[in-house]
Amino acid sequence: MSEPLLKVRDLRKYFPIDSPIPFKRSNQSVKAVDGVSFDVMPGETLGVVGESGCGKSTMARLVNQLIPPSSGTVEFRGENLVGMDAKKLRETRKSIQMVFQDPYASLDPRKTVGELIAEPLVIHRIGDKASQKKRVLELLEVVGLSHYHAKRYPYEFSGGQRQRINIARALVLNPDIIICDEPVSALDVSVQAQVINLLKELQRDYNLTYIFISHDLNVVRYMCDRIAVMYLGKIVEMGTYKEIYENPKHPYTKALLSAIPKESPHDNKERIILKDAVPNPINPPTGCHFHERCPYMMDICSTKIPQLMDTGNGHIASCHLLEEN
Amino acid sequence: MAESQAILQASDVVETNERSLFKKLIRNRFAAFGLFIMLLLILTAIFAPILATHSPDKMNVTKTLLGIGAEGHLLGTDNYGRDIFSRLVYGARISILVGLGAVLFGAVIGSLLGVIAGYFGGKFDSIIMRIMDGLSAFPFILLAITLMSVLGQGLLNVIIAIGIGNIPGFARVVRGQVLSVKQSEYIEVTRSLGAKHGRIIFHHVLPNSIAPLIVYATMSIAGAIISEASLSFLGLGVQPPTASWGSMLQDGKNFLVLNPHMATIPGLAILITVVGINLFGDGLRDALDPKMKV
Repeated sequence: MSEPLLKVRDLRKYFPIDSPIPFKRSNQSVKAVDGVSFDVMPGETLGVVGESGCGKSTMARLVNQLIPPSSGTVEFRGENLVGMDAKKLRETRKSIQMVFQDPYASLDPRKTVGELIAEPLVIHRIGDKASQKKRVLELLEVVGLSHYHAKRYPYEFSGGQRQRINIARALVLNPDIIICDEPVSALDVSVQAQVINLLKELQRDYNLTYIFISHDLNVVRYMCDRIAVMYLGKIVEMGTYKEIYENPKHPYTKALLSAIPKESPHDNKERIILKDAVPNPINPPTGCHFHERCPYMMDICSTKIPQLMDTGNGHIASCHLLEEN
Repeated sequence: MAESQAILQASDVVETNERSLFKKLIRNRFAAFGLFIMLLLILTAIFAPILATHSPDKMNVTKTLLGIGAEGHLLGTDNYGRDIFSRLVYGARISILVGLGAVLFGAVIGSLLGVIAGYFGGKFDSIIMRIMDGLSAFPFILLAITLMSVLGQGLLNVIIAIGIGNIPGFARVVRGQVLSVKQSEYIEVTRSLGAKHGRIIFHHVLPNSIAPLIVYATMSIAGAIISEASLSFLGLGVQPPTASWGSMLQDGKNFLVLNPHMATIPGLAILITVVGINLFGDGLRDALDPKMKV
């Protein structure tokens, strides 16, 4: 088995919150990402799912060091990015690109599409004007746009086309891994399919690795090889897509999966409705963060934090129910 | 072949953008009027030597205090017998020079400070903006008078004094704009691509903050012209006998009862200019606002 491309260990990000009393430091913080560990193998797609506010996007930004983590390590090809000096980080980060959620907000409205796609090359001083231009035109074709689009402005494009532009920009430096932060959630369903298919094609053609963040379980199922389920800043379950969809272990994953609409009204599927909303991440519940909403709550759940346990087939989950068996 | 075609199309896009902005401006009748006044003022200033019927500083004791329409003197003469029309025309030069110069001075320094404060935030923000607060705590004219008495008289010093007074306004406008642009996702994207601060500021933040800056600068020109007139009126502006609208007002104030035209004419010139510039600025703001459909 090959070495993992990306190795994340015990990654944490606590955002301090302002104290209501002026000039006084607050010791409270939002635990946006709280001890996340995972590996990403070359060529695979790791899906990250969870409700809004569970720390998915923060985790994405921590992985490529857009925001510095509070603690933990992110190893890319064996080198730790956390605390790496700025120059070397800039160099390494060429191989880690991002595609953001909002195709309307992520393109500078005052630049032409050509300038936007060429920008990574300009920033890293790669090639001369002519070769940069050639690369831009080449990538426009790759993502299914045309060469004459290079001279147009972002406002002239639809959401799907803009996301193609974003993808082209992420590809221009020949990255190894692309972190997609909800790349299709702002798009129409029909356009979603086109963009997802494009991402899949690119993965095949360029041997790309993806971290694919989404809250849409159908999209994740179609896209991903492995899936990590996040809840309140922690990974509660992780495994191959087959294992997660066919044999979910954690009650939260079961509840999430039961929320996928039935394909036929005659399907006999039980819908697990969770009580309440996601708890406040400033003051998460004691013990298992999920216990207040869990339909299988036991006494131990409110006192002891469950550890991630291997249940075979590369499937891990953190729940006291698994310890019992 | 295909590339040259693409370039042609690109220039089309830019041109239509600019053309439609101009169209929007002209369709607004008030803005068109403002533009007309501004062009008139600029042309007057450029062609002052041709337009003026007399030398602006030449006195003639035999023909003092002539009324409007007097023979050979379109707008009459002042108490020294100088031709008011010629002085008005040359005074436009001072107004334009001070208006543009002071605003440029204030805009460049103010924007730079505003960008630093807004983009880097924290201590930079606190220190810069508290200094700006201090600067704007002085009444503008008082500040200008103080500066003039420190710097001494002269056209350049007038520009610097009024320019310094303009800095806090620009710093504030730019800082506010930068704060909102900074939050945009495309700035985060650019950061994720590995861009350094300089590139982010000059290629992304500033170009996207420029629209309100242009509008504010236009409006400030009117303010600077009034400030110059005020300073000259107080005797702190340009050196006599150089003609400036403010100094003409000052000369005319002693003759208000018997020869009101001496003060009224430069006063009207200031009024029309300022109203024109403000109308143009209003129109520009509307035209630049993409949500306003004319």
